[in-house]
Amino acid sequence: MASALQLVGIRKSFDGALALDGASFESQAGEVHALLGENGAGKSSLMNVAAGLYAPDAGSISIDGAPIALSGPAAARQHGIGMVHQHFKLVKPFTVAENVLLANPQPHFASGIRNIRAAIEQQVGELKFSIDPDRRIDTMTVAEQQQVEIVKVLVGGAKILILDEPTAVLTDAEAIGLLEIVRRLARAGTAVVLVTHKLQDVKRFADRVTIMRGGKTVAKLDPRHASAEELTELTVGQTSALPERSPHEGGPTRLNVGTLCYTRGDGRVMLDNASFHVRAGEIYGIAGVSGNGQAELAEALIGAIEPSSGEIWLDGTGDISRAGQTKRREAKIAAIPADRYAYALAGSLPISDNLAVAQIRSGRYGSVVKLDRAAMRQDALAAIADYDVQGVRSVGQKASLLSGGNAQKLVIAREFSREPDVVVAHSPSRGLDVRACAAVHQRLIAARERGAAIVLISEDLDEVLSLSDRIGVMSRGTIVGEFERPADRQAIGRAMVDHG
Amino acid sequence: MNLVDFLINWIANAPVTAVPYALAALGLIVAERSGVLNLTAEGLMLVGALAGAGTSLLFVGHPAVALLAAMVAASVVSLLFAVLVVVLRINQVIAGLSVVFFCQGLTGLIGTLAKWQNKQLSGLVPLKIWPLSEIPVIGRIFFMQDPVVYLTILIFIAVNFLLFRTMLGLRIRAVGENPAAADAAGVSVALHRILAIVAGSSLIGLAGGYISVVSVKLWVTGMTGGRGWIAVALVVFARWAPWPALAGALLFGCIEALIPHVAAAGIRVPQYLMLMLPYLATIAVMIWVGAKDHRGSQEPGALGQPHVREERR
Repeated sequence: MASALQLVGIRKSFDGALALDGASFESQAGEVHALLGENGAGKSSLMNVAAGLYAPDAGSISIDGAPIALSGPAAARQHGIGMVHQHFKLVKPFTVAENVLLANPQPHFASGIRNIRAAIEQQVGELKFSIDPDRRIDTMTVAEQQQVEIVKVLVGGAKILILDEPTAVLTDAEAIGLLEIVRRLARAGTAVVLVTHKLQDVKRFADRVTIMRGGKTVAKLDPRHASAEELTELTVGQTSALPERSPHEGGPTRLNVGTLCYTRGDGRVMLDNASFHVRAGEIYGIAGVSGNGQAELAEALIGAIEPSSGEIWLDGTGDISRAGQTKRREAKIAAIPADRYAYALAGSLPISDNLAVAQIRSGRYGSVVKLDRAAMRQDALAAIADYDVQGVRSVGQKASLLSGGNAQKLVIAREFSREPDVVVAHSPSRGLDVRACAAVHQRLIAARERGAAIVLISEDLDEVLSLSDRIGVMSRGTIVGEFERPADRQAIGRAMVDHG
Repeated sequence: MNLVDFLINWIANAPVTAVPYALAALGLIVAERSGVLNLTAEGLMLVGALAGAGTSLLFVGHPAVALLAAMVAASVVSLLFAVLVVVLRINQVIAGLSVVFFCQGLTGLIGTLAKWQNKQLSGLVPLKIWPLSEIPVIGRIFFMQDPVVYLTILIFIAVNFLLFRTMLGLRIRAVGENPAAADAAGVSVALHRILAIVAGSSLIGLAGGYISVVSVKLWVTGMTGGRGWIAVALVVFARWAPWPALAGALLFGCIEALIPHVAAAGIRVPQYLMLMLPYLATIAVMIWVGAKDHRGSQEPGALGQPHVREERR
């Protein structure tokens, strides 16, 4: 039997960076085929090629054994290929029916809306969804919007359904419901492609799995005959474990945050007498449910906002809660903000400038009238090698062209170049793949070994648990409990939600 | 002269001053609904005004021909803007402003070289809709206007239908709200944006041609006098919806029509203060728009954003 969808030797580059390097993929009608890989492995790019959104530089696409050329998304739809994108492609102020009509054009608007409404109701009935064709998209939940996307594709008569990270936006219960529907569609003869980075989705719902790494297809197998460890190793390649950590020695208190308060512009109290201290050679983790003041605490610590009251006391410097960036730099605080493109990097400036800017006042790179480009270049090359920043073609390249993980390594290279006494890291591994994440964690541990006091604010409880010497749980703008290492995960989870 | 006569004269003149605002604002709405921030109105109105006046002077035909020439000329010049913002993806504010300055210079130059300045044009005769035109007061105000006034209302009905009741309108609005979604649905973003710019610009050209051919009956360099900018403000005031734009245009038409009547009635108000009125009203309207809440605004979600399909974040 010919494959429903077959992609062979697909190559695609963006601005000279190779995203797909001879990737291949094939799926059969009636199966759920998972496409597994890390962020940036090229899964979405490959499927965007199949959906006609990206024109490949090389390679061939065939449907039911017949080679085809896709001139655009409309051509892909005519060949029965439908894709539900990770970031939904819906027009927010339009109704469900208008969105479905846009993707499945009819000759006349008024009769088109009537036909489409009937088609939607038929699909909704078969799938047991609960969406009203006349509701506006911007009044719907994310899960409902996803249903609209699926209906939109099925109304178009798709035989090949590509779902890009469909479970990423859903709760566990919603995800299971969705994947059961997907199984049912496959039984009815649809070829379903499930793009995901979640192993459990693959283990539970896929008939076959294709694994991608670095723009290439590395394996194709039956997930029921592979262990989770095998799958992980194929997806990630080899990883390095966390370095050994010396036992915690409880040095002198380096940083003391006392009764810190902050009220947002709209009157909401975000920090409410938050207090904690961090000793030298210690990682102090802050856990909590997102939106309980962690972002504001991080911004107050790095000086992006000024607290309304309270103090941030530093050993040897005093209160810096209202100090400017120059004084903070002198006090040797390093900042790794959550939004690296807003606070940590100037995306349109060269890598070398981004690295040099922290020490520009030290005189290392020349005086006010003369900039020592050679020294900047030399230091940048050293930092790139030292911190293993990948994807650098020259130090004059724009920082925004780096992938997330490498941009983060660049930030850390700059911040750690001055051997900081205090490190404030906010979600330092957000959006990074396993390997980049491990590299960031190694750097944090290394800074701890050197005797720095580290504040690690993260919504990823696993990250906090594996790195921290002590953990403070934040809820409603204050620290509601502290736990020593090794901390009890259950107790922390309860503290995160129980307060008040 | 009594007050009733004054009021009737004033209100009866308002549609003529309102038409350029209404058509220009509608043309801008069509373009901006496709997601293109359009500041070219002042320039394209001048192009329309010059083309209309020139056609009337060169080929003494029906004024309708002159108005048609105004529409075509503005559309052709707007292709330049379309290429700048859609194909080359130049910043839409900068591109819009440079098109305005280009048109101001070009129309001034051509008008002077061709010696079209201050030459009387034939104009359009008001259309009396008999017997309705014989009704006292109402007849003068509503049923003795020139044909373009009536045509403007038809154009508003047609554009409103096109934008909200046709597949083409659905696509244009989708491209303006979420070009990535429209693109994934197989709608050509570039094609629909260019189409919306060119079609909208023909209405802006008609607005300009109306000023020179019908309302003033002369070509004078820079004769649109900032009406294009007021139309840009009107679009914001109308929250990108056609009918509120027509209402706003009538408001500005009334204010502008007041200027000559106050002078004629012998009311002693400094002339320059009166001439400033439309601009004062614009500022007042903008403050009002800024102060009230923004729910229900139909501002296109992707206004001013160029679309690139294969962009890496």
